Amino acid sequence: MSLVEIKNLKVHYPIRSGFWNRVTDSVKAVDGISFNIEAGETYGLVGESGSGKSTTGKSVVGLEKVTSGSIMYQGKDITQKRNRKELDYNHDVQMIFQDSLSSLNPRKRIEDIIAEPLRNFEHLSKDEEKLRVLQLLDIVGLDADALYKYPHQFSGGQRQRIGVARAVATNPKLIIADEPVSALDLSVQAQVLNFMKKIQREFGISYLFISHDLGVVRHMCNNIAIMNRGRLVEIGTRDDIYNHPIHIYTKRLLAAIPETNVNDRLQHRKDRLAVEEIYREQQDKYYDKDGKAFPLVPVSPTHSVALPQDVANEIIKQEGEVKA
Amino acid sequence: METTSDFLNIKDVNTAFKINGKYYDAISHINLKVHHDEILAIVGESGCGKSTLATTIMGLHDPSETKISGEIEFEGTDLLKLDEAGYNKFRGAKIGMIFQDPLSALNPLKRIEDQISEVMTYHTNFTAEQKHKRVLELLDEVGIVNPERTARQFPHQLSGGMRQRVIIAIAIACKPDLIIADEPTTALDVTIQAQILDVLRKIQQENHAGIILITHDLGVVAETADRVAVMYAGQIVEEGTADQIFNKPKHPYTRSLLRSMPQRDNENDDLYVIQGNVPSLQKMPTTGDRFAPRIPWIDASAHEANPSMHEVEPGHEVRCTCYKSFTFPDQTGSVKV
Repeated sequence: MSLVEIKNLKVHYPIRSGFWNRVTDSVKAVDGISFNIEAGETYGLVGESGSGKSTTGKSVVGLEKVTSGSIMYQGKDITQKRNRKELDYNHDVQMIFQDSLSSLNPRKRIEDIIAEPLRNFEHLSKDEEKLRVLQLLDIVGLDADALYKYPHQFSGGQRQRIGVARAVATNPKLIIADEPVSALDLSVQAQVLNFMKKIQREFGISYLFISHDLGVVRHMCNNIAIMNRGRLVEIGTRDDIYNHPIHIYTKRLLAAIPETNVNDRLQHRKDRLAVEEIYREQQDKYYDKDGKAFPLVPVSPTHSVALPQDVANEIIKQEGEVKA
Repeated sequence: METTSDFLNIKDVNTAFKINGKYYDAISHINLKVHHDEILAIVGESGCGKSTLATTIMGLHDPSETKISGEIEFEGTDLLKLDEAGYNKFRGAKIGMIFQDPLSALNPLKRIEDQISEVMTYHTNFTAEQKHKRVLELLDEVGIVNPERTARQFPHQLSGGMRQRVIIAIAIACKPDLIIADEPTTALDVTIQAQILDVLRKIQQENHAGIILITHDLGVVAETADRVAVMYAGQIVEEGTADQIFNKPKHPYTRSLLRSMPQRDNENDDLYVIQGNVPSLQKMPTTGDRFAPRIPWIDASAHEANPSMHEVEPGHEVRCTCYKSFTFPDQTGSVKV
């Protein structure tokens, strides 16, 4: 059984207007998505800004009021607050935020910041607590003298590591990482990603890794979902998504990643423009008449794509011919 | 117009900021040339001084808080000797600037048309009609589908990509010879980023302008730049063509950066991490190789006492001699990180 099963999740925000301020319409931030996160794996959720990926992440932690659909954890639907309490869900699921400065309380010392989840969930004595905080600092590679400092005294990468330390404090089973490295420099990004992988190996944590950076996602994630306008357009393994993309949106995203290979840059640009061209011409083939992505259909045991079955088959056939 | 190909010549420029009454160098001894018809990328991590270099060229520093020395020769004029009124003849007209955050660079209370024509009011003697025509022309040039409509809109009505296009339109309104783009695509999605870079490249080719592209994204550099200058701790550590920098990087910093990128071939390995941190402005060493503390396994004798630029091949220069003996610790197998 999967660790978390998300079924047909919808989060709609009401738009109010008119004299009585009645609900006249809604913004469908997340509009019916389903996927499973397995224990010990990193699940990548990729999309552009406004695609609903952060809203999905927040719903999984329980920070967002879900309109409909279910999130199953240990056989219970945790969109109900009662079930979250019963399962100790908030203890098992933690979050790492994008902006490390605004997610750490500027008036608290690092000791108190990291100990906060411990104080909420585990009733430790003062000495035990301190020992635990020191262990956590050690895990993320910070010295003991960090204990009595404040967040502003650290660099961006160190702060992000403090965020990681706080998230792993309660030995969670799942961590939602919402763009954990997008505010960081390249060398610091490498540090934080390595830490996240190391902690995963040691404690068997699962991640829901939300990012717009396809390079980082390729490095971190075994399974990936591509999100577009509140719907999933393609899910599959790393190999499926990066080497055999089917949906035009996935292809477009992949083509837009800048390559570091200087020699092929003209070719790469030509490929990208070709994909853009197809995207413009054949949009209605890939989206229904309301501009919504179709329901996912499986094309292999691991790989599904949001297309009518016949269109999906046709595309796979075409690609096969091109290769042959 | 001058026909010399290096129309911007930065000679030995230092910019120092005043902190608690003392001056600290944010960039030191920068030598750089920009030619017509090329995109020069300046790469480096945050705090390495790349934006300071841009604002120094644009003359945006408060003289009471900063000390600038050296020479910035632009088409025969030394920009650093100009007073404010003299500088204003260049800014906007001959040098255009594109900022990172398009929302804060636009005036929220003015329509797009007024913001673009403001530059022309200042630098040209176009009539209202001519200005209107040029605004539509510019919006079309930067790839906005419905220029008439966009011209009447306010910044908040546009998406991030559209706003950045408007900023580019303002920057190129007077056909500048030099465009400085400071992280122009950092706030944008990848698909939009690709489009904006296309627009920049197109404009550069049409106007034969020189572009200084400041970015921390090596992918963007590899896709767009003709020449690259890598900066570390206020100094240029390596300079060369895109081909030289990406295929034959020499300086330890360039090589470390390239290695710490998540790439196709290191999917399952740990990424390379550069030890230590960039020194802060106050703690910046004034002598010796500034990168040395971050590659401690390299013997001190490999570094120069006062590192200077060495030519490796024509057009490719590297600071300090330590590149000759530099290897990554895991590749020699003798030292552990």
